[in-house]
Amino acid sequence: MPSFLREFFKRNGFGMGSLMLGLVLFWTIGLIILPQLSMLDFSFRPNLPPPEIGGPKDVYTVENYKYLVFGPEGGSQSYNAVDLNVFFRTLVAAVCVTIFNLILCYPIAYYLAQTKGNHIRIFALMLIIPYWINEILRAFALRIIFGETGVFNNMLVGLGIFDTPFDFIRNDIALYAGLGYAYILLMIFPIYNVIESLDRNQIEAARDMGASWTKIHQRVVIPYAKPGISSGCTMVFMLSAGALAAPQILGGPSSLWFTQLIYQQFNDNSDWPQGAAYAVVLLVTCILLVLAIMRLFKVNMGDIGK
Amino acid sequence: MSAGVGVDLENLWIRFGDFVAVRDANVNINGGDFFSFLGPSGCGKTTILRAVSGFLEPSDGRVLIGGNNMKGIGPNKRPTALIFQNLALFPLMKVWENITFSMEIKGASARERRKRADELLDMIALPGQGDKLPSELSGGQRQRVAIARALCAEPDVLLLDEPLSALDLKLRQHMRTELREIQQRVGITFIYITHDQGEALTMSDNIAVMKAGVIDQIGDGKTIYNDPATAFAASFVGENNVFRGKVKRVMGDEALIATNRSGDLVARISTANQGRMKEGDEAMMFIRPEAFALAPQGAAGDHFVTAKVNHEEFEGNAFNIFMEGDGGKELKVSIPNLGQSFDDHTGQNITLEYETKNAVCVPAGELAAE
Ligand SMILES: Nc1ncnc2c1ncn2[C@@H]1O[C@H](COP(=O)(O)OP(=O)(O)O)[C@@H](O)[C@H]1O
Ligand SMILES: [Mg+2]
Repeated sequence: MPSFLREFFKRNGFGMGSLMLGLVLFWTIGLIILPQLSMLDFSFRPNLPPPEIGGPKDVYTVENYKYLVFGPEGGSQSYNAVDLNVFFRTLVAAVCVTIFNLILCYPIAYYLAQTKGNHIRIFALMLIIPYWINEILRAFALRIIFGETGVFNNMLVGLGIFDTPFDFIRNDIALYAGLGYAYILLMIFPIYNVIESLDRNQIEAARDMGASWTKIHQRVVIPYAKPGISSGCTMVFMLSAGALAAPQILGGPSSLWFTQLIYQQFNDNSDWPQGAAYAVVLLVTCILLVLAIMRLFKVNMGDIGK
Repeated sequence: MSAGVGVDLENLWIRFGDFVAVRDANVNINGGDFFSFLGPSGCGKTTILRAVSGFLEPSDGRVLIGGNNMKGIGPNKRPTALIFQNLALFPLMKVWENITFSMEIKGASARERRKRADELLDMIALPGQGDKLPSELSGGQRQRVAIARALCAEPDVLLLDEPLSALDLKLRQHMRTELREIQQRVGITFIYITHDQGEALTMSDNIAVMKAGVIDQIGDGKTIYNDPATAFAASFVGENNVFRGKVKRVMGDEALIATNRSGDLVARISTANQGRMKEGDEAMMFIRPEAFALAPQGAAGDHFVTAKVNHEEFEGNAFNIFMEGDGGKELKVSIPNLGQSFDDHTGQNITLEYETKNAVCVPAGELAAE
């Protein structure tokens, strides 16, 4: 038995230790790793009617992956332009949502973390309480706000800024707002946590030595907050790339999110292997992208956990 | 004709809501001086320093640096550099980047900065340590880096907020000397804050003694120690024995005090209070432990004190005798160890004598807490 395990059992007792270890293993292996592995397995199989499963035709194949790139065999186009387009647009949009979110949340997190007083707690509550409401309801609420006769359009038309209502939905503004808002807390809290532990004297020391506010943030606060920023950005990026409800409800008719394609494969086409392949591609691409960006900004994996 | 830039506080008040943190402070600090604010924790020292550095605007009164009113001028625009109580080095920057941060702000090239950092590192006796992170240095080294960082900004006035309080005793004493040397070398004004009277006395040209937002006395170390203006200053700076009583008679710059426990004793009236004490006033008289000598048993007069010995201790350089004193506080006497034989007096009454010049009286007032 490795020494850290022995230490673990000594501290918690054998009974309690086994129970905790068992639950953790069940959680990671049973609920996360095995289902993902079976998805991976699915993605390499043909879509067969139930009687043929396990039969001679049930062999491993890369057909499903080829489909994403090249489209149906013998199709009119040499590439699956539609799906690939959606795929890349989704990634770019998720990056944009993440950047937009960061720009919005960093000042909020900084303000929350560096200001003392009771009103801060109220402010934080006001951020948290809306999240008690179901995600789908929140999305519909935004749809109403951004709708043709919604608050925004009433205001803009009322103020005479626009003559006719602006179509926020068709122009995807509602979608970006919805995605941005959906993960605001996941961006704010990691950054808040790190900045809260930043010694205020460091900010004052920089100021004392003549630094402007931009310089203070650039040289003192942001480097210090980097683990929180990376943690927030990773979560927001992963979750917006994988979001389904917001694009479904707030997306314009012409703009599909890649998750919607996956959903269609599973649900409408009953093609689980195809859906699984799409999902795997999305997951792997997102992970690689995150790793590459972490590398670019010299962030360690350990920092993400902060 | 002093070089350097002076600092003046004129009728300075600082309030936080209803709470008065600094009450009507008037201080003139000469250019090139090592000036200390000395007072117990919470008396408003940091608050004064923050007003000088520009992090706090005075509620009333003025802060002048080099004769210029600093009103409305932010900390980044004042010719001051502040060394924080916890140093506040930037943990993610290397030592040399920390030191030259002020040059980075002004847009100096990395090459220039590196050069200046090396000069300063030599000055603070840390050559070649520029590429370390602050966390890789010891407490004393970090201390010096903070000083170098502040000096690199070439301030006219260096402000130091209890910079030695985190160090151990040995290092603290060493750094006292070093700070004093640095100050004399660079020749700029140092404003130093401390609750440690030893630090204030050893380093400063002038000291302001503070109590609960009020400046009790300003003077050089010898004046503060020998000629305290208030009961607080007398009891806060150095060890002192207090005798409470009433003025019985005033004789020029001396007074006879009818003490509560030890009969009539004669004392010098401290300079600040001459002409201000009159018969019948409540008074306090102070005699330092080292100002007493053993006197023949039972000798009586206006400079003899007789009391019962509670216990004694041998401190190496001195024998300390603790006797029944005034107001429940023990009377402490230190007899220097010059190799003489020394009997145990515990439980006996002994008589002490002092010279009038070593006893000082002031109007009764609040004493420093232990
Ligand atoms: N920002 C503030 N708000 C309210 N009270 C304060 C503030 N800063 C300091 N004080 C109060 O002012 C007094 C003096 O504080 P400070 O100057 O830090 O004392 P010192 O440095 O002498 O220990 C303390 O009682 C402290 O509680
Ligand atoms: Mg302080």
